[in-house]
Amino acid sequence: MLRTRHAFDEELTGLKQELVKMGAFVESMLDRSVRALEQHDVNMAQQVIADDDVVDDLDLAIEQHCMRLLALQQPMSRDLRTVGTVMKVIADVERVGDYCVDIAKVALSMADIPYFKELVDIPRMGVVVGDMLRGALQALVHEDLERVRQVVEQDDEVDRLWYGLLEELITIMEQRPDTVRQAVQLVLVARYLERIADHVVNVVERVAYMATGKLEDLSSHHVITPHPEDAE
Amino acid sequence: MESTPLATAPSCVTEPHSDQPVIETEKLNLFYGDFQALKEVSLSVAPCRITALIGPSGCGKSTLLRTLNRMNDLIPRVRVEGRVSVLGQDIYAPGADLVALRKRVGMVFQRPNPFPLSIYENVAFAARVHKTARGAELDELVERCLASVFLWDDLKSQLRSSALDLSLEQQQRLCIARLLAVMPDVLLMDEPCSTLDPAATQGLEDLMTELRRQYTIVIVTHNMQQAARVSQDCGFMLLGDLIEFDKTEKIFENPRDPRTDDYVRGRYG
Repeated sequence: MLRTRHAFDEELTGLKQELVKMGAFVESMLDRSVRALEQHDVNMAQQVIADDDVVDDLDLAIEQHCMRLLALQQPMSRDLRTVGTVMKVIADVERVGDYCVDIAKVALSMADIPYFKELVDIPRMGVVVGDMLRGALQALVHEDLERVRQVVEQDDEVDRLWYGLLEELITIMEQRPDTVRQAVQLVLVARYLERIADHVVNVVERVAYMATGKLEDLSSHHVITPHPEDAE
Repeated sequence: MESTPLATAPSCVTEPHSDQPVIETEKLNLFYGDFQALKEVSLSVAPCRITALIGPSGCGKSTLLRTLNRMNDLIPRVRVEGRVSVLGQDIYAPGADLVALRKRVGMVFQRPNPFPLSIYENVAFAARVHKTARGAELDELVERCLASVFLWDDLKSQLRSSALDLSLEQQQRLCIARLLAVMPDVLLMDEPCSTLDPAATQGLEDLMTELRRQYTIVIVTHNMQQAARVSQDCGFMLLGDLIEFDKTEKIFENPRDPRTDDYVRGRYG
């Protein structure tokens, strides 16, 4: 006889919704931190830094919810993987929030200095990484493995942008030593965005595990060679 | 030692990595009259592991357990087809020695069933009947078996007291000690904790884990958490079919069959 566990099912759905809420909040922090950098917006940068406390509170609340479900409901099989996935994923999402704060701090440090060149690749990276985060959350809610695959492919694009930007900024610094102070800060921001993308890949790895029970290092299937000419 | 038609199981202590199955069933069917309680069950029980059988009431798990030492023979109108081998020998073959089989494959029941005798005589009973030990040997046997189930220290000063005065947990431990006295290879346990409180259940689960070092254990349990805690291999049964048999962590983390998934997630039964 098939039967349902309504209360528990609702708890699991609620747990996923809490994670989506946390992820959407961090996605907004990401968007605002990159715009604050681009637009020299001090207020926006300060708000992103303040929002870190909200993310930390959400992280703790969701972890406590997971622990309560484990203790009281003893989930098994797919339910167990769901709770385990949420517990792992909140750590990655919280870390993404920390990187947004790092970007906002760079924005603050450069608020009064005009850029030596227009920012193009960093906002582009920000858009791709934001889309990855949104896609990862959708993949989680719908257990959508096609979306998982797309996110992993987008990480390749972020890696290409990162290495391209790094090369470009090194070249500029070699030619124009007066740009070094600012260029180093921009390298850091690009690196933060690249790391955010890696954390989002961690998230979709867990989504794939939740859906299939198989835990795989998806990023290793898409290794990007930083310097193709060195590959041989 | 009297002769026995059954081989001796590999010792779990001296051969911990032996993977020769201790029990195998092959296309096992069992009928109670017209009702088919087991359907084409093929199962392989590895040595020195705890194998749990889970499934909703009436799925056939206790029936399967009882085929492994032919306890179902006692039920009228039972018909068994297929093959059950213990230590490589067909236990349903004509002329199979049932006494030897049940010495090798002992059974622990839901309710502890000590004899209305003293603690000492419960453990010594089989050795006296089979005349395999006497005098100091018997004392040594009783001490060794009670120590194996962690009762010796508590009961050594009251060995002549009635076994019926013990707590339920102690009675169940005593029944296991009584089995150990005939030096079995396999212990079958049919919901051995169903009458015990949580603390006593924990105690018996710890004992099972200790006994696994020397014995192969097959346990039927309604308690999925217990199966998850104590067993290394696990089979899920439904309506007489063995739906899935795998490592316990696989059954509870990522089962192959959606019916197993429904059951372990509490959606079935």
